[in-house]
Amino acid sequence: MSTKVMHHRPLNFWERIYVPEVARGLWVTSRHFARNLFIHTAHRLGLLKHLQAAVTIQYPEEVRPYAERLRTRHRLTQREDGSPRCVACMMCETVCPAKCIYIVAEEDPDPNIEKRPKSFDIDLGVCVYCGYCVEVCPEDAIRMDTKIMNIASYSREGMWYNMDRLLHPEKEGDVLLKPKT
Amino acid sequence: MAVEIGIKAILAFIMLMGALNLAGLLTWVERKQSAVMQDRIGANRASIFGIRLLGLFHPLADVLKMLTKEDFVPRGSDRLLYTLAPILSVFFAIPAFAAIPFGDAIQIGERVIELQVANLPIGLLYIFAMMSMGVYGVVLAGISSNNNYSFLGGLRASSQMISYEVTLGVAAMGIVMVYESMNLQEIVRAQGTYLWNVIPKWGVLVQPLGALLFFVAAMAETKRIPFDLPEGESEIIGYFVEYSGMKFGMFFLTDFLETVLLSCMMATLFFGGWQVPYLYPEGFHFPWGSLWSMPHLWVILLGIASFTLKVVFFCWLLMTIRWTLPRFRYDQLMRLGWKIILPLSLINIVVTAIFCLR
Ligand code: SF4
Ligand code: SF4
Repeated sequence: MSTKVMHHRPLNFWERIYVPEVARGLWVTSRHFARNLFIHTAHRLGLLKHLQAAVTIQYPEEVRPYAERLRTRHRLTQREDGSPRCVACMMCETVCPAKCIYIVAEEDPDPNIEKRPKSFDIDLGVCVYCGYCVEVCPEDAIRMDTKIMNIASYSREGMWYNMDRLLHPEKEGDVLLKPKT
Repeated sequence: MAVEIGIKAILAFIMLMGALNLAGLLTWVERKQSAVMQDRIGANRASIFGIRLLGLFHPLADVLKMLTKEDFVPRGSDRLLYTLAPILSVFFAIPAFAAIPFGDAIQIGERVIELQVANLPIGLLYIFAMMSMGVYGVVLAGISSNNNYSFLGGLRASSQMISYEVTLGVAAMGIVMVYESMNLQEIVRAQGTYLWNVIPKWGVLVQPLGALLFFVAAMAETKRIPFDLPEGESEIIGYFVEYSGMKFGMFFLTDFLETVLLSCMMATLFFGGWQVPYLYPEGFHFPWGSLWSMPHLWVILLGIASFTLKVVFFCWLLMTIRWTLPRFRYDQLMRLGWKIILPLSLINIVVTAIFCLR
């Protein structure tokens, strides 16, 4: 039996005539109103800063704390010499459910490494942020830990991130919004 | 003659500006008050040169947005009626304010000016007439949009407004019987008397049930939550589903104008209008016998301030109700209207009649 039967208490007389319940509801909301209005006014005057009147987070100025494992904009990791760690194995391109990774491979001049990406593009307008590409990568070459959330553009082309943008997220014009601690 | 017309024009201007500005301001109040009640901050982003002023520019931004939006007319709609509907809706909400007295008669030299645009002997009936004409705009909007949803919304609106109009009239009759007048200025004057020389004889004290019923019925007339079945802004939209731009804005404005009108009516009929307790034309006469005399102008200004304060209080109360209660279901609405409120208001009339004939 997975069904849960809910038994509602029948309303008593005072609840059914509705007016006292209306008054009770109004009392709750007006209490909040009076309390918050008082604290807002006190805040304006620089008083009672320890009390909170609104739970609002004013987004661009304030950012709520991000979870550690939050999946945000992708980046490609680099070796010590600055070349991408990616070996163009095409695993991420294959696993991607949105089919939004486009890799062109070429031969790596280093004889110990077989291939490297000639170009590596992700269409973030299509990406569903599932994180499969990160999990599947055998080289830890792609990560989603930039904490960049404000990915937006006026055109579809702007959502198209090439290898340079992926390797250097810090160069982007995106403001990296710092969570408040 | 010219002076008379000039005085009336000035009074009309004052009333019109007061009502329209208060209605415009209510859009801001609605946003901010709901936010404060729900532990939020509310709209505060509209700014002029970086000055935000608690979001007070949002009504201006709204108007700009509505004026510049696409004015859409659905295919197959009746163009004339479709355009006429919002105009009718606003048009009948505004003249109702003419009969509301907002102050005592002011004496300048020989001339006595009633602070009321039209001192109609049948002021109350006139306001009811204007309020019930408002339903035409709503019904026409529903019919002319060539959309089944707005048609159904129009049907809901007409049945709701007609049902509650009956109660509205009957509930106000108690007041007419007690104060023996339909002239709103006279009703307010009559509320300046005292029971046992102490308690002001305000409508709410002699007609408590009438006040409550009138308030509920008039709230249903404004078509706002908890009686917003015709509109249901959050999901079903109702009769103005096809409207956009300033035509929608007009319907929106009508709601706020009706809210202001209802607050004015409540203040006038049941809360003493411009009366201040113990304030007589020559100053305060307290029941324990002391006297605090005041110049004529001060008394008038105090009266206007008292009226404004009452109206603002009722606007606040209506907003609080709007942001507290859930919407009625349609059958509950009809049951409340026909089976509860109407019989109660009839009983109220009978009891009042017995007391008045005594
Ligand atoms: S997060 Fe998912 S959808 Fe986005 S690129 Fe990686 S695999 Fe594709
Ligand atoms: S899975 Fe890793 S190494 Fe393979 S192509 Fe993708 S990013 Fe490069």
